Amino acid sequence: MSQDTIIKVAGLSKNFGGVKAVNGVSFELKRGEALGIIGPNGSGKSTMINLITGFVKPSSGKVFYNGRDITGLSPDKIVNLGIARSFQMAKPFYNMPVYKNLIIPLFSPRARKLAGGRHGDRDESAIHLLEEVGFERDSHIPYKPAGSLPHGYVKRLELARCLALEPDVIILDELFSGMSMSEVAGILPFLERLRDEGKTLIMVEHRLRELFRVVDKAICLNFGEKIAEGAPEEVVQNEEVKKSYLGSEVVSGA
Amino acid sequence: MRIQAGFRKERIDRGIKARTDDIFAIASCREILYLVGPRFLLIAALLIFPLLKSITGIYWQNVLMITATIALLALSWDLLHSVGLVSLGQALFFGAGAYATGYLNSKFGWSPVLAIPAATLLGALFSTALLYPVLRLRGIYFGLITFAVPMLLMRIIEATKILGGTEGISGLTPLPGITITLYIIIAVTLVCVYGYQRLFETDYGLVFKAIRDNDRSVIAAGFNIQLFKAQAVFLAALPATFAGAFLTHHYQFVGLPAFAMDYSVLPMASVIIGGPGSFIGAMLGAFIVVPLSEFLRTFGTLRIVIYSLVLLVFVVGLPQGLFHYLKRKYDQFERLVPIEEVEK
Amino acid sequence: MTSSVLIFGLVNSAILMLTALGFSLIFGLSGVANLAHGAIYLSSGYVAWIFLNSLGLPYFLAVPLTIVAAGLLGAAIYWLVIMRVRGLGLSEVIATFAVGVAILEFFRWMGFVTYEFNLPVLIKGSLDISGVSVDYQRLVIVGVGILMAALLWLFAHHTKIGLALRGMAQDEYTALSLGIDSDWAAALSMALGSAIAALAAVVTLPLGIISINLGYEVLIMALAVTVLGGLESITGLVVGALLLGFARTVTGTYFDPKWMEVVYLIALVLVLAVKPSGLFGKYKELEERV
Ligand SMILES: Nc1ncnc2c1ncn2[C@@H]1O[C@H](COP(=O)(O)OP(=O)(O)O)[C@@H](O)[C@H]1O
Ligand SMILES: [Mg+2]
Repeated sequence: MSQDTIIKVAGLSKNFGGVKAVNGVSFELKRGEALGIIGPNGSGKSTMINLITGFVKPSSGKVFYNGRDITGLSPDKIVNLGIARSFQMAKPFYNMPVYKNLIIPLFSPRARKLAGGRHGDRDESAIHLLEEVGFERDSHIPYKPAGSLPHGYVKRLELARCLALEPDVIILDELFSGMSMSEVAGILPFLERLRDEGKTLIMVEHRLRELFRVVDKAICLNFGEKIAEGAPEEVVQNEEVKKSYLGSEVVSGA
Repeated sequence: MRIQAGFRKERIDRGIKARTDDIFAIASCREILYLVGPRFLLIAALLIFPLLKSITGIYWQNVLMITATIALLALSWDLLHSVGLVSLGQALFFGAGAYATGYLNSKFGWSPVLAIPAATLLGALFSTALLYPVLRLRGIYFGLITFAVPMLLMRIIEATKILGGTEGISGLTPLPGITITLYIIIAVTLVCVYGYQRLFETDYGLVFKAIRDNDRSVIAAGFNIQLFKAQAVFLAALPATFAGAFLTHHYQFVGLPAFAMDYSVLPMASVIIGGPGSFIGAMLGAFIVVPLSEFLRTFGTLRIVIYSLVLLVFVVGLPQGLFHYLKRKYDQFERLVPIEEVEK
Repeated sequence: MTSSVLIFGLVNSAILMLTALGFSLIFGLSGVANLAHGAIYLSSGYVAWIFLNSLGLPYFLAVPLTIVAAGLLGAAIYWLVIMRVRGLGLSEVIATFAVGVAILEFFRWMGFVTYEFNLPVLIKGSLDISGVSVDYQRLVIVGVGILMAALLWLFAHHTKIGLALRGMAQDEYTALSLGIDSDWAAALSMALGSAIAALAAVVTLPLGIISINLGYEVLIMALAVTVLGGLESITGLVVGALLLGFARTVTGTYFDPKWMEVVYLIALVLVLAVKPSGLFGKYKELEERV
């Protein structure tokens, strides 16, 4: 394992009853790289993320983070090591104002440790984060109950929740789904900036054109197996990948 | 031509409420009164009642004692509920505190001044340790376990004859006169309401609320929610174990009735009627539930039937509880506005 | 000794399963945790008694009438109470609990508390099975238990209406979009579950006298069995009933009858602590999907 490998997945598998949701997948990711995971619905992308982040325990295989075996660690421990994730089905804390939603990650063990006891005004940091992901600062939206947010905003709140943890690795599960064209266009430069700042990114996406503006490497899953890996353009040209998408979405490669 | 299609209710915040959601910008004595009046009335009523022994008679003083006990258990229930844990067995906490103080007092001769605080802590630790393995459970599953545990403990005490078995432990040191006793328990109740309310205004308390809304995202923020729920159970157990310990010395007796279903059902009924989530509601509920059950005594065995029906009416008719309803009426104007429709 | 444990373990399991069946069915089909279950069970017993003794109806008329009456009661509870708090988890639980307590305590107030309240057995007499004398009623219970479990399994898995109801419980939105009326479905499952509770009452109550507290006990037993096996699964229900039934019988025979109640509570706590969704529950896995 080379020095700057940050995440290494080795022969990871997960069975749900008879379903092989993920089947013997391996890949490596270097620090500062951005990886896209694509594949038709039900191909095991979300399960892959759950396995890396500890939300689901693998049936076999291992996950390494900075050379350390983190397989089977509880999800909260993994988060505190620096891997933050968003959920495909993003749900806010419905009964709190939007900005209070971010107090939770800002108050988390990791954020508190990084702040070293001098955290300043968490409410202010929360508003600032919201602004970064495109909430209008002077509007009333940050103060509304999160339960009343439109879907696109919930997704961006989910992204802000990850950022509040100041993670080294950010894993985003279908961030763009449910966002409008203009919302995606608004958030793309921000993701590009994160990548350029040296954060390691893993993104699961169906919107390939937008995804490929951010990632520099992609893998494709089908029925839980890795069927292609490489530069994004190569992956979408792969015959097997094209076939796997037949009948679902059209591959709209870059 | 416009035709009128009916009325809808419009709710408008009163001026002071609209201005004072967070910061108090107080302009007049009237507004001060508006803000602190209800609290003041409540506390004053609580402080005066114990002095009226000659008017109310000792019977109603005792009712107040039980009311405060149930209020403490209800506060405890409300805190657990705020973390998403529905307890059907508040009697567990009550009984743990009761038996702890009974044991300390009878075995080691600790005076109540020492035994009650010690029992409060020990009982809370014991209940937290007991519930720790099942904190992963949610909804009805957790409720069932809490329902089963007090019965289990009761049966174990019965079968093994420890802690006095079915006889219980009697002859415990009594508390000082009823007036002081009442003041102590009322003070503890008020401190508890205030303390819990403050707790939920902190970032730490916010995590509790978040767990109830969406525990998955709390885990994804790096919290060990098992540990947090355990802390919530411990904090929630404190007033309940205190109530158990305190009432034990009041009765000078502890026995199997300490795990009785009343201590599980009445607090829950209180919160449901009073309104969950505000803590004041829980207390208010207890002050309806317990005296009501005393009034209903004249109905003999029909009492519980009427009681259940009242509870039912509240649950079905006012699911958000009395406190939230009253608060809304207090903070907002309501008026009917005609709905107009344009005729096509 | 062993053969008696085997036989009575089986009988006890059948009793547990029958009493839990109605509760489990309602939960599995409509997602309502019906805490009025014990009350419905017990009031069926009293209604049957009234049909038989006060109205003097023959047994084979009184029993079907009781079952129908219980079904109507269940549907009525749904329309009058549960429907109004549907989806508010806690309110649902408390509302059904309050209904149950009101019904049970009403019977207590009416004075249904003396020894005269018992139901007749279907067949009198007893049978000798390898040295153990078993009365026919207990065999009837085992028979009815097996029959009902089989019928329900067929109903839930192989009839259109059963599949529709199950779909409803698993995914309300999708079911709604397929044109299944959720209220109608839930009322139907309440009626069905209550009718089954009445059947259980008619066959199991003749073993003793009818007492109010039995209503609460039946509720707890039903909860224990269903939760142990995992809500919403009939296999789980059968296994849960067998486990608790034998645990109780073994403790009662080899240890001390007073530990019988403790055993099932301990079993419940242990199973849930180890496997939060019960032995056969899939709920958790589905819920944790992200
Ligand atoms: N918690 C679970 N329990 C059972 N099956 C699951 C669970 N999570 C995912 N699956 C199954 O695993 C497969 C992969 O699902 P998923 O990882 O969500 O796919 P994707 O995110 O690529 O759409 C699907 O067949 C899905 O039904
Ligand atoms: Mg997915």
